[in-house]
Amino acid sequence: MRQDGPVLEMRGITKTFPGVTALSEVNLTVRPGEIHAVCGENGAGKSTLMKVLSGVHPHGSYQGRISFRGEQVGFKDVRASEQCGIVIIHQELALVPFLSIAENIFLGNEQRAGRGFVDWGATMRQAAGLLRRVGLRENPQTPVADLGVGKQQLVEIAKALSKEVELLILDEPTAALNDEDSATLLALIRELREQGIASIVISHKLAEIRRIADSVTILRDGRTIETLPVRAHPDDAPELSEDRIIRGMVGRDLDHRFPERTRYGGEHSTALEVSGWTVRHPVDQQRKVVDDVSLTVRRGEIVGLAGLMGAGRTELAMSVFGRSYGRYESGTVRIDGREVRTRTVPAAIGAGLAYVTEDRKQYGLNLIDTINRNISLASLSGLARHGVVDEHRESSVAERYRTSMNIKAPTVHEQVGRLSGGNQQKVVLGKWIHADPEVLILDEPTRGIDVGAKYEIYTVIDELAAQGKAVLFISSELPELLGMCDRVYTMAEGRLTAEVARADATQEVLMRHMTRNRS
Amino acid sequence: MTTTTDPTDAPPAAQGAARSAASLLLENVRGHMRQYGMLTALVFIIVLFQIWTDGTLLLPNNVSNLIQQNGYILILAMGMMIVIIAGHIDLSVGSLVAFVGAMAAVMMVEHGMPWVPALILSLLIGAVAGAWQGFFIAYVGIPSFIVTLAGMLLFRGLTQIVLGGQSLSPFPTGFQNLAKGFIPEMGPYTQYHNPTLVIGLVAVVLLLLRERRDRRRQLRYELEVLPTTLWVAKCVALVAAVLAFTLTLASFHGVPVVMLVMCALLIGLGYVMRNAVVGRHVYALGGNKAAAKLSGVKDQRVTFLVFVNMGVLAALAGCVYAARLNSGTPQAGLNFELEAIAASFIGGASMSGGVGTVVGAVIGGLVLGVLNNGMSLVGIGTDYQQVIKGLVLLAAVGFDVWNKRRAGR
Repeated sequence: MRQDGPVLEMRGITKTFPGVTALSEVNLTVRPGEIHAVCGENGAGKSTLMKVLSGVHPHGSYQGRISFRGEQVGFKDVRASEQCGIVIIHQELALVPFLSIAENIFLGNEQRAGRGFVDWGATMRQAAGLLRRVGLRENPQTPVADLGVGKQQLVEIAKALSKEVELLILDEPTAALNDEDSATLLALIRELREQGIASIVISHKLAEIRRIADSVTILRDGRTIETLPVRAHPDDAPELSEDRIIRGMVGRDLDHRFPERTRYGGEHSTALEVSGWTVRHPVDQQRKVVDDVSLTVRRGEIVGLAGLMGAGRTELAMSVFGRSYGRYESGTVRIDGREVRTRTVPAAIGAGLAYVTEDRKQYGLNLIDTINRNISLASLSGLARHGVVDEHRESSVAERYRTSMNIKAPTVHEQVGRLSGGNQQKVVLGKWIHADPEVLILDEPTRGIDVGAKYEIYTVIDELAAQGKAVLFISSELPELLGMCDRVYTMAEGRLTAEVARADATQEVLMRHMTRNRS
Repeated sequence: MTTTTDPTDAPPAAQGAARSAASLLLENVRGHMRQYGMLTALVFIIVLFQIWTDGTLLLPNNVSNLIQQNGYILILAMGMMIVIIAGHIDLSVGSLVAFVGAMAAVMMVEHGMPWVPALILSLLIGAVAGAWQGFFIAYVGIPSFIVTLAGMLLFRGLTQIVLGGQSLSPFPTGFQNLAKGFIPEMGPYTQYHNPTLVIGLVAVVLLLLRERRDRRRQLRYELEVLPTTLWVAKCVALVAAVLAFTLTLASFHGVPVVMLVMCALLIGLGYVMRNAVVGRHVYALGGNKAAAKLSGVKDQRVTFLVFVNMGVLAALAGCVYAARLNSGTPQAGLNFELEAIAASFIGGASMSGGVGTVVGAVIGGLVLGVLNNGMSLVGIGTDYQQVIKGLVLLAAVGFDVWNKRRAGR
């Protein structure tokens, strides 16, 4: 291992999107041949930083300096960074399922025999060599679709090797893998280090970081918090504890403001009871995305559900709500003590459930339609007589929500696609409040919206609880959960790992339960 | 629908001043650019050919002719518009027109069935054909393009099997009247067609009543309304247009039967798409299927119904077309699906679904119809007609794309 200057040095990286500062003066230094982990909560800026590095966000769209192998660089696109030897492997694999392993490896980088023709001999030969290097025993002509996710990940690495990679970036490489495949992959990353290839690994799994990383950089709210050595020498045991990493990840002040909770006066009976809920991945049947989860929410209560990316929170919520995700395996839902059928979305709505999605543009709104028509969609029958919608009543209902939730739009006939994120979120909330459910599952209701709108949404949630509704509040922002919830459940890898009362809940405690590994 | 702001309860941020009527009008027009744009284009085309043909275009007999010539395309276009709003396409309607026409001919010509039950049975056949395609699209999940492409071959083939390659005629007079007939004259001789005048007057009264009711309701629910002067102007313009049209028809044979059918469909389907729960669900599905499903829209059932509706309308168009030709022929309805699709897109549909109105389909169909008729009157050959219609389709959709991009969406 060479001990000269760093292979990569990022200095003072600042990246802003309209209305948000994603990265602010971030520094990252990777020494030659080291495995460098990057940690942080969801939205801390890890992915954005890697996109800056790999040229997804081109040179000029950010401030700061990047030097690679001592030379100042600025990539205009991903191709440019790859030519330099920096290859990023995204969480969602970028393979074409119906092409063969060999074709995928050399996609966009074809082995040519003369002008514009593929040299199949060379392609197969080299692909076979690369597969040996990553330890994958498969025929290069096998279609990628026939491989499991673990093997596909190895194909991605083989593809990176074909580009003569010097710095490999892996974004959550083991998030979709089972334990065995994870172990293989981690071993491979260490083996590549022996060959002098440095890696940046983004991961939520702290045990994993301790197992392979040489040092770790912690990001929080788009800033570099600290860089810590994990071990003194590559073959030593790790010296850094998980608790120390957690402290760096969450050490944020509770500087958000939350409305004073208004308490529900009625009887706090259990409104929602989910028991033994298990769901398998829609494609990969081996994986239990939600594994034997049981939880309860009482009337007038706001219950948090914390977990990192891939913990299975959204999958649990969508599966309970009309089995809208994955393959249902087992479990029951009771509302007010009565077992209800939630086989379809209309049935779930009829049973008194509402699910406010985390992805309002994809799953929450018809962006090309108006505010009033979006708000009424889940409760149209209630606004109709003999199947005919009373348009004027619909408009006045929407008008009521526009005023009460302070939706900033000239009229309720404004197209939803033209509203800001916060106002769109209010429209989605209005839709589900008007459906008058007993239980509301709110999935990241404040994602990507500004502080002022957040406060308004907190107020709405608080009012719902005060009316005696049961609220299950899914969020990646721990201060938000601590500020709003009566209890918090934590999930990791599809399982419920803890139930923490408000009095006992701190960011450190929650994060510890959220990063708990199965092994 | 109004997109204007009543100055009295405008927020202080709106500079506190009442905006001028002109800017209000402009804003209203901009909100419905595509539809007003096509309406303007239709008026322009009408005026153009009116001048070019020395006034022949709007002669009473030509107006009647125009309606009867285009009735079946307009009926198809209304159904096609709904299919496209739902995010699908139907390539089979031309073949279905032929098939239903053939079945109608077999029932009436070969078996001597009276025309009323034959018509009802024909519509039923259309419903079954639509249900067949709807089943594969909604419940099996085969893309509509494929299913209806198969249907296009299937129904064309069945037509030839049923007819044995021959044409069947003639139809009973009652059935022929569906395409060629007019409402019978009644009362004393007045130089004009009396029932048509009555219908026109009734239409005017109903229109005004509806306008007043809507305005009152909007006021009661404290929604924004057009300023009084603009509203009165709008009503006067509506009344003038309806009366002029009534007088034109009344000075010939009166209201064609097919126009009565079309108006009923236009009002009925327009109402369903705008006000009925199922209509709203169609828009929601076309606009964002995932979000609609998560809001409790029964996507499979709605999709199925959309295709059943298209089947029935194609059957109706098939009967009207057969009645117009006075025979069931194997080559009937060739390329009708393309005319209907073109009419929908000219009339404001969007390839990705979720957008469009039934009225828009009729306007789009009339643009094509007036072009056909006008170009024939001035003696432009069918070869050039096709070229021009192709360019008009391209221009209409191109204008829409350009307009959207300019709006920065």
